Amino acid sequence: MDYEISLLTSMGISVLFALSLNLITGFCGQISLGHAAFLGIGAYLSAMLCKTGLPFFATLPLAMLLAGFIGVIVGLASLRVRADFLAITTMGVGFLFVGIVRQQDWLGGELGVSGIPDSGLSKIGFMTLTLVLCAATAALCIYIKKSWMGRVFNGVAEDEDTMRVLGIDVPRYKLAAFAIGTALAGLAGALYAQNLKFIGPDSFGFVESITVLSMVVVGGIGSVPGVVFGAAVLSALPAWFQFIGDYKLLVYGGLLFLMMRFSPSGVAGMVSRVFNKGGRA
Amino acid sequence: MLFLELIAQGLVQGSIYALVALGLTLVYGLLRILHVAHAALFTLGGYIGVLVMNSSGSMSLAFMAAMVAAGIMGIAMYRLCYAPMLKQPPFVALIASIGLYIAFEELFRIIFGASGLSYQAPPLQEQVALFGGLQFKQAELMVMASTAIIIAVLGYLQNKTRVGVACQATVSDPQMAQSFGISLNKVRDINFFVGSALAGFAGVWVALLNNLVEPTMGSVPSYKGLAIIVLGGMGSVRGTLLAALILGVVESFGTIYLGKFLDRNAIAFAFLIIVLMLRPQGLFARR
Repeated sequence: MDYEISLLTSMGISVLFALSLNLITGFCGQISLGHAAFLGIGAYLSAMLCKTGLPFFATLPLAMLLAGFIGVIVGLASLRVRADFLAITTMGVGFLFVGIVRQQDWLGGELGVSGIPDSGLSKIGFMTLTLVLCAATAALCIYIKKSWMGRVFNGVAEDEDTMRVLGIDVPRYKLAAFAIGTALAGLAGALYAQNLKFIGPDSFGFVESITVLSMVVVGGIGSVPGVVFGAAVLSALPAWFQFIGDYKLLVYGGLLFLMMRFSPSGVAGMVSRVFNKGGRA
Repeated sequence: MLFLELIAQGLVQGSIYALVALGLTLVYGLLRILHVAHAALFTLGGYIGVLVMNSSGSMSLAFMAAMVAAGIMGIAMYRLCYAPMLKQPPFVALIASIGLYIAFEELFRIIFGASGLSYQAPPLQEQVALFGGLQFKQAELMVMASTAIIIAVLGYLQNKTRVGVACQATVSDPQMAQSFGISLNKVRDINFFVGSALAGFAGVWVALLNNLVEPTMGSVPSYKGLAIIVLGGMGSVRGTLLAALILGVVESFGTIYLGKFLDRNAIAFAFLIIVLMLRPQGLFARR
């Protein structure tokens, strides 16, 4: 039972994290290859504050604030670049975060931060908290998607220049997407640190940024239920694939490739194709 | 003294980056795809090079084999992976490419082991003293020289031969090129072959410089390669070349003067971000 609880908890954190990227990449069309940096910012802030004696719950909003604040700065810097340039710039932000943390002894340097104080919740309690936050985030995403803001996001993703011509303040909406998305990633980070009780610079590198992006894309970019499904399945895959041992990552990489080759709109796209035959995918 | 040494080391590293990034630029120029799996071809080149060298003892044979193998694998990647995805949004090919790269890295690890392979008798390891007391390994000098030669030859071929001109035409306007009777698929095959062969060539050099090939050796050049083609202005060959050399030098100075605050990767990307903030179109964009 313990194993299932911890698996569910880490799946919940992955789903929350993937939803946060989906807000930026799926809703607003801003590709980010460095999203794990914001998970890291939340995780490090929460871990360091917990170590100074602050209760875990008080660190949650602070982690969101700091990650969101830095997210806005990155967003401001990113306003000047588009598409592929943006992908590489955000990838750079990810490397910058890892590179900085690695050289800071007061943040644990290469060795990372261990011995993070307990939240006081039982394992089941922490799992419940994670899943509740996860559900709340999914609800928020659905709400945003249907709101005016969500429609503008969609417009920016489809055709930025047209939105400009329509008199929409595009930078403001891009920044809003970055702010909300990175703040939610910070929240996921705080949960992540508390769940593992250990964090290190390598937990927030390029590979993690790619992993979360692939969760979003495999699930179905932009679709909330799709992303929840994609993140839940992909985060559990390595555990389920334990029996193939050494071939785990080979299969993972191969699946990613095959998925894009044969169903580029993800699982959500597959489902909608089945239900409206002949309609748009 | 230290100054010169840092520049020289930067140029050696920059030459390797240039060889890897040129292939990325060719692909980006043609298809607008960020070809992460390119780094797998670099690693493949390294492995083939070491295997052929250890069994035959001939370095030139090792280079040839590595380039041909990487080139053919490059064409296979284009035909099986990218060609069917050209109509999809760009992130689709990007994610597929990343998936492919992960799978290749694992394949190398499963076949050759995680600890990597080495040359039994690595050639070109002697130190050579140049003017002013600068010390180089023979291999380091050869890297710079062969990169310079290859790029000069490529530049010549690109401007003076039918195939080269066809490639340029396809990059700048595929539809127009096609209406003039240029076969897009043939041009893309050639580009993938040349770019991938260069990556394989670079892989053999890196294996020589470090006397080691490992499954993960492609990761650093792959990220840096992407940073370089962005710095160079996306799709411009000359820009890519200059950006690669500049990044190599910036890194080698950075690790000395900023090493306390940032690691090597972070220095490269901090430089990238600063440049993009000042010139969002890259250092040497054509327009």
